[in-house]
Amino acid sequence: MNALRSLIARDLVLALRAGGGAALALAFFAAVATLVPLGIGPDLKLLARIAAGVLWVAAVLAALLSLDRLFQADFEDGSLDLMALSPLSLEAVALAKIAAHWLSTGLPLTLIAAVLAVAYGLPANGTGALVASLLIGTPAVSAIGGIGAALTLSIRRGGLILPFIVLPLIAPVVIFGSGAVLAVLDGLASGAFLFLAAFSLLAVVLSPFAAAAGVRLNLGS
Amino acid sequence: MFSLANPKRFMDASGKVLPWLAVATAVLLTVGLTLALSVPPDYQQGDAVRIMFVHVPAAWVAMMAYGLMALAAAVGLIWRAPLADVAMKTAAPLGAVFTALGLVTGSLWGRPMWGAFWVWDGRLTSFLLLLFLYLGIMALGNAIEDETRAVRASGILAIVGAVNLPIIHFSVRWWTTLHQGESLLRKGGPSIAPVFLWPLAVMALAYTLLFFSLWIVRMRTTILERKAAVLRITGRA
Repeated sequence: MNALRSLIARDLVLALRAGGGAALALAFFAAVATLVPLGIGPDLKLLARIAAGVLWVAAVLAALLSLDRLFQADFEDGSLDLMALSPLSLEAVALAKIAAHWLSTGLPLTLIAAVLAVAYGLPANGTGALVASLLIGTPAVSAIGGIGAALTLSIRRGGLILPFIVLPLIAPVVIFGSGAVLAVLDGLASGAFLFLAAFSLLAVVLSPFAAAAGVRLNLGS
Repeated sequence: MFSLANPKRFMDASGKVLPWLAVATAVLLTVGLTLALSVPPDYQQGDAVRIMFVHVPAAWVAMMAYGLMALAAAVGLIWRAPLADVAMKTAAPLGAVFTALGLVTGSLWGRPMWGAFWVWDGRLTSFLLLLFLYLGIMALGNAIEDETRAVRASGILAIVGAVNLPIIHFSVRWWTTLHQGESLLRKGGPSIAPVFLWPLAVMALAYTLLFFSLWIVRMRTTILERKAAVLRITGRA
């Protein structure tokens, strides 16, 4: 447990310091969210309607683009070999890295999304629903993205492969995440939040095993 | 069955089976297409109903191919069987082609029926995601240099996808749906007229055999390629 905590803390520090990429992911998220109204026009009514979808897609892209270094940096400098030799199982290592990624990317994205939602003219209840759905759904993005990061860690120029293989797998998060917000806006009862939570839990529990299998495969000579 | 895991035995057995399989595929395709073109036009869809005979089997085979690919991936990961690796690697492009075929024929049918080549409907979209998943598996396999690692990595992705596919399917269906519901395997028997059912059954069988024929050809080619590569390296060629 102690080792797990220190690994999360180490990854968090690495992500937050210069060159870690966490801040860059947030800036990317804000930039994409700014570009959409430029393309669509400043109609607040329209923007409020598409805010949930746009912010969800932008958040997913920002999270995925910051994932490629999740295992790769440690793989290149050999830290990953030491982690594999440590008493901590590779599954726990994967879980720790996923948790650190979510804390450094998913959580801040959620907070910034609240500000952007206001800029998009989303009403208060919609903003609340968006923040809640991002809070529930982004762990699944980090978790499933972690599988992609583990599978692609030996590819040097794998920049686009990782998002491409992960995007179809996280389609349910986007569907239920933005669906939950739209349901709240329309005043409809929907099970989207429950589905989102179920998917997120399932992804967080199962993904470390697949990610560990991917790491093991790339470490094995 | 297990003795076939030996590539040499597989080559012998598949070499004997393949000609028969190919002939059966050709015969069934001819019969199926003739039947499909000779059924009376549907009272609602007119002649466009004939697209169903090339569309529905493609979609079925695309899903079956994914299941077989994920199964081969699991066998390859668990028992480290080289032949399963070959089977996994060669199934992906075939599955992708059948998925694309299903999407293209579906959109050709959608134009006269729904008035649009593409609608953002649950089944269509989940099928498009299936195509992306196939392409992702192929891209991952191509990007990794070490051949064994490439197959194992794309195998893990295939298995993750197999766990996730039902969820994707149902979530997209929850999202929105225009495509007709199940018409064959449902309570109260099939809702398709028997006139159309027979050609559809023949075409489904023909597509399935076509998939297996092509799969075996690809597997044999891959094995032969590897043999050739080994001979070239050892300088015995």
